[in-house]
Amino acid sequence: MVKLLKMMRENQERLLTDWLNGLKAIAQRRDLISDVEVREQARKILTLISNPPPDTVLEDFSSEGWQTVRDQLMAISISRVAHGSSPSETAQFLFSLKPPMFKLIREQLTTTPDELFREIDVTNNFIDAMALHIAESYIESRDKVIARQQEEMLELSTPVVTLWDGILALPVIGTLDSTRAQMVMESLLQAIVQTNSRFAILDITGVPTVDTLVAQHLLKTITAARLMGAECILSGIRPQIAQTIVHLGINLNDIVTRSKLADAFRLALDRSGRTVTQKPGNHTPVTAPAAGVS
Amino acid sequence: MRTVSEQIITRSEVLPIRTQIDLVHVRQRVRTWLSEERFTLIDQTKIVTAASELARNALEHGGGGEMEMSLLAVGARKGIRLKFSDHGPGIADISKAMKDGYTTAGGMGLGLSGSRRLMSEFEIQSSPESGTVVTVTRWK
Ligand SMILES: Nc1ncnc2c1ncn2[C@@H]1O[C@H](COP(=O)(O)OP(=O)(O)O)[C@@H](O)[C@H]1O
Ligand SMILES: [Mg+2]
Repeated sequence: MVKLLKMMRENQERLLTDWLNGLKAIAQRRDLISDVEVREQARKILTLISNPPPDTVLEDFSSEGWQTVRDQLMAISISRVAHGSSPSETAQFLFSLKPPMFKLIREQLTTTPDELFREIDVTNNFIDAMALHIAESYIESRDKVIARQQEEMLELSTPVVTLWDGILALPVIGTLDSTRAQMVMESLLQAIVQTNSRFAILDITGVPTVDTLVAQHLLKTITAARLMGAECILSGIRPQIAQTIVHLGINLNDIVTRSKLADAFRLALDRSGRTVTQKPGNHTPVTAPAAGVS
Repeated sequence: MRTVSEQIITRSEVLPIRTQIDLVHVRQRVRTWLSEERFTLIDQTKIVTAASELARNALEHGGGGEMEMSLLAVGARKGIRLKFSDHGPGIADISKAMKDGYTTAGGMGLGLSGSRRLMSEFEIQSSPESGTVVTVTRWK
């Protein structure tokens, strides 16, 4: 064990070269990460493994002494996620250290076959433990990235648009689960207050499935908007969704609905005492220009 | 003369229902199958909606479970069968639970009764020992 680490220190350059050559031979997508970066990562790992704090044993990868190695593996996994490597490619990076290590052990530890076998076994398990750790770190890092992206999506996908002075529209896009529904409701209510709007159009053209939970959330949002003094119009109900809602037994009788956003807008203009007219001699209907996102 | 065709399963798949994300997968997977098998848009919408209701029940009332999805053929006729099972507490009074508006969890209470109306066949088994199994079928 001590011998093994000493041997690694003395042969670090050779191990590094063999390891990198092995990696090059199996690399499928070399363009993902630069050779320089891979070399740097491999060198750090080798240095850290062969110089652990005293009393640290290869047999126990979860011990305190290997914390720096685990941290380094986490750092590598983050860079792999960012570069778009797969989890197996990331683990393969460590598995490729096995052949050079075994070769070195065979050449230099010329003691008994038993000892040879033991050292190979210990090395093998240690590298497996590192590979497992980097794979887990990879998944953890990727989940973090996904969670962040989802949060960004949540914010992105609830833009309240001012269609006209006093008329808001909220196009709901995607699955309206409870978290999303909460965000939708909050941003709508906030916009109603901020813009002092009397009409809010909730457009569900972009919602793939309207089940009872989605309907319940929509009804809650509409009720809350009413309490804030705004009248809500539900638009974008496709024919198949309308039929499904009826079969489910959901009662939308108290809700003003229109099939298209444009119709809902016309209704809101109408109710707020405005009319859309056509100028004499102009054959294209005048439509209200959409204002910016608030 | 009338020949009785045998009902055969031409395709099947099992999906877990353990998390909220699984509900999204269930809907997406059912929709993919239905469009591959050329169900009409209206059928697709009804079946996906029923799947969403029953999968959520398995998750929220049954503590999680799975959905088995099978494509059936009887002669030239095609259908889809969805079987939702969980090992939750079961439903004490099924006839009550099947009533419009009955809920024990602040929902709309239309998931079970609504799914029955959206599908051609509806079957439910439930006990405190074995949990709940809801099987629904819709023929093309
Ligand atoms: N898989 C299940 N396990 C246990 N109880 C269930 C299950 N599915 C439905 N239930 C019970 O039946 C009731 C009605 O279900 P449902 O019609 O879907 O309405 P909701 O889910 O809105 O309450 C639920 O509130 C619950 O008490
Ligand atoms: Mg339900």
